[in-house]
Amino acid sequence: MKYNIGIDIGSTCAKTVVLDGDKNILHRLLQPTGWSSVETAEAIHDKLTELGVDWNDAAVVATGYGRISVPYADKCVTEITCHGKGACHIFGSEDITVIDIGGQDTKLICVEDGMVKDFIMNDKCSAGTGRFLEIMANTLSVKLDELCELASHGGGVSISSMCTVFAESEVISLIGRGEQKQNIAFGVVDSIVKKVATQAGRLHLAGTKVCLTGGLCDFEYVCRQLSAALKSQVLTHPDGRYAGAIGAALSAASIKK
Amino acid sequence: MSEIKLPQDFVSYPEARKQAFMKLKALKESGRRVVGTFCTYTPQELVDAADATPVSLCAIGEDNIPPAEKVLPKNLCPLIKASFGGAVTDRCPFFYFSDMVLAETTCDGKKKMYEYLGKIKHTHVMQLPPGQFGEGALAFWKSEVEALRKDLEQFYGITISDEKIAEAIKLRNRERKAILNYYKVGALKPSPLSGYELNTIITSNEYAFDIEKKIEFLEKRTAELTEKYHKEYEGKPSRPRVLISGCPTHGVIDKVIKRIEELGADVVGFENCCGPREKADLVDETKDPITAIAEKYLRINCSVMSPNPGRLETLGNMIDEYKADGVIEVVLMACHTFAAETSTVKDFVTKEKGIPFLSITTDYSTTDQGQIDTRLGAFIELMS
Repeated sequence: MKYNIGIDIGSTCAKTVVLDGDKNILHRLLQPTGWSSVETAEAIHDKLTELGVDWNDAAVVATGYGRISVPYADKCVTEITCHGKGACHIFGSEDITVIDIGGQDTKLICVEDGMVKDFIMNDKCSAGTGRFLEIMANTLSVKLDELCELASHGGGVSISSMCTVFAESEVISLIGRGEQKQNIAFGVVDSIVKKVATQAGRLHLAGTKVCLTGGLCDFEYVCRQLSAALKSQVLTHPDGRYAGAIGAALSAASIKK
Repeated sequence: MSEIKLPQDFVSYPEARKQAFMKLKALKESGRRVVGTFCTYTPQELVDAADATPVSLCAIGEDNIPPAEKVLPKNLCPLIKASFGGAVTDRCPFFYFSDMVLAETTCDGKKKMYEYLGKIKHTHVMQLPPGQFGEGALAFWKSEVEALRKDLEQFYGITISDEKIAEAIKLRNRERKAILNYYKVGALKPSPLSGYELNTIITSNEYAFDIEKKIEFLEKRTAELTEKYHKEYEGKPSRPRVLISGCPTHGVIDKVIKRIEELGADVVGFENCCGPREKADLVDETKDPITAIAEKYLRINCSVMSPNPGRLETLGNMIDEYKADGVIEVVLMACHTFAAETSTVKDFVTKEKGIPFLSITTDYSTTDQGQIDTRLGAFIELMS
């Protein structure tokens, strides 16, 4: 049996998916990337060996910002292409708009006939990314899921700074002013949703399915707010955070050895 | 003549910079006048007619930016900051050895920076009209060309005759044709030369001192490359072909142009001021030279002009001529006029020309290389 392996080393988490020859998912691995992508890649290799992967009959495609740190990869493919491919597979559609809110960047990808047609990434800035939410959750001394839960009961606050560092001081002054935590949480999620919606506006979302992948797709509240801002039902899937790894594994399937 | 000195900390300069200094020093010692210039709007023919050599002061290099930020705001285009930083620190040999600076009111950032340069050295700023088509635009610009002639005459204590300008026009037109023909090698499919070479040779000041030599060099290189194409490239498969558009790219040549080629595509042409933007359009040799110069330079399709329909027309022609598979627009951070045109250009390229388009905003730092690589890589994957 051929093992098609996709390894997506993101800035926060490393995601690995093993597909069999019929594109069925055999294994999913999720671990923090840590400070060394190379060590993470080695740890993934060990784990896959434990799981019984036959390296003589395996093709590996690496993606994500740490893609060049996987020495045993047969090929590197950018996360844009992999997320596009992976999302098509997960959501069963060849025409789809993918919103991937990752640790250090947010991507919007337009896919037509299964091929990436256009994409936008945020620039040199962590506003509107997973990191932004993490930092804000930290400032509010809550976990990410608690932040979303709180936000769903809040309202009335808006964070105006587009920069994470300034936004953090804005949040601190809101705390100092005695603003309710749930309202601040609302403002935090609302700012990320608005930022993504603005980017989406530049990509001309036209009547295609919209899906959310990456670490935030498990948070139902984020998804609901995004749907409202985009005036379009944003789809999620339990495998959403593996979209990049699945896309990489699908690319691995076309490698001839 | 007073002795021509080098900057005080010259010994600490890197080798390439030292060589540029020595070359310029030798040029000055030969008695040649040197005028520092910035944009393609500079009527080079007038500088030539003053028996001066125009040298480009548009600078690159991240190390030139911190000294500039002592005076200029952080949120300003890196080209403006690097040019100013190189000038005030004596690191830029071209500024250092320039007798005077010749600039134009192109963008807001540049014209305000020129006010500071003017405190260091005689700086003649030509006033550009904000658009090419407004009533009186050409007449106004022509009066600015005349004013430049007077200032050059006064500054150097010379007289610039019409005949001398007409002679310079003929020589520069020949140079334009040589440059254009060299660029057109990139239109061959598959391209026998790298975009890295294209960008480097044209923006290199090295050949600029002697125009006849430059023409000779370019004609030779064009012939070599054309021969190489017929021998080694013709009929072979081509990698995806990329046309560059937008801001000048000489400051991001390693982080963008070279990377595109390393990641698997060919950069075949430049629709920016490092490319044939200004070269494709000759100065009319039959008209009164000042009128002909004014007309020619006002036709340049820079985003500082509003409106700027010529850019789309040129881009469309170049996409066809250079057989481009995609367009990558490079916008330097805080270049408002190019950034504002992005949306129009994207619509034109994707809808009217039907090929993919990517816009990248960046500066001279290397901190965003990872993000740039991902964007370029993904764009090349979608063209492949």
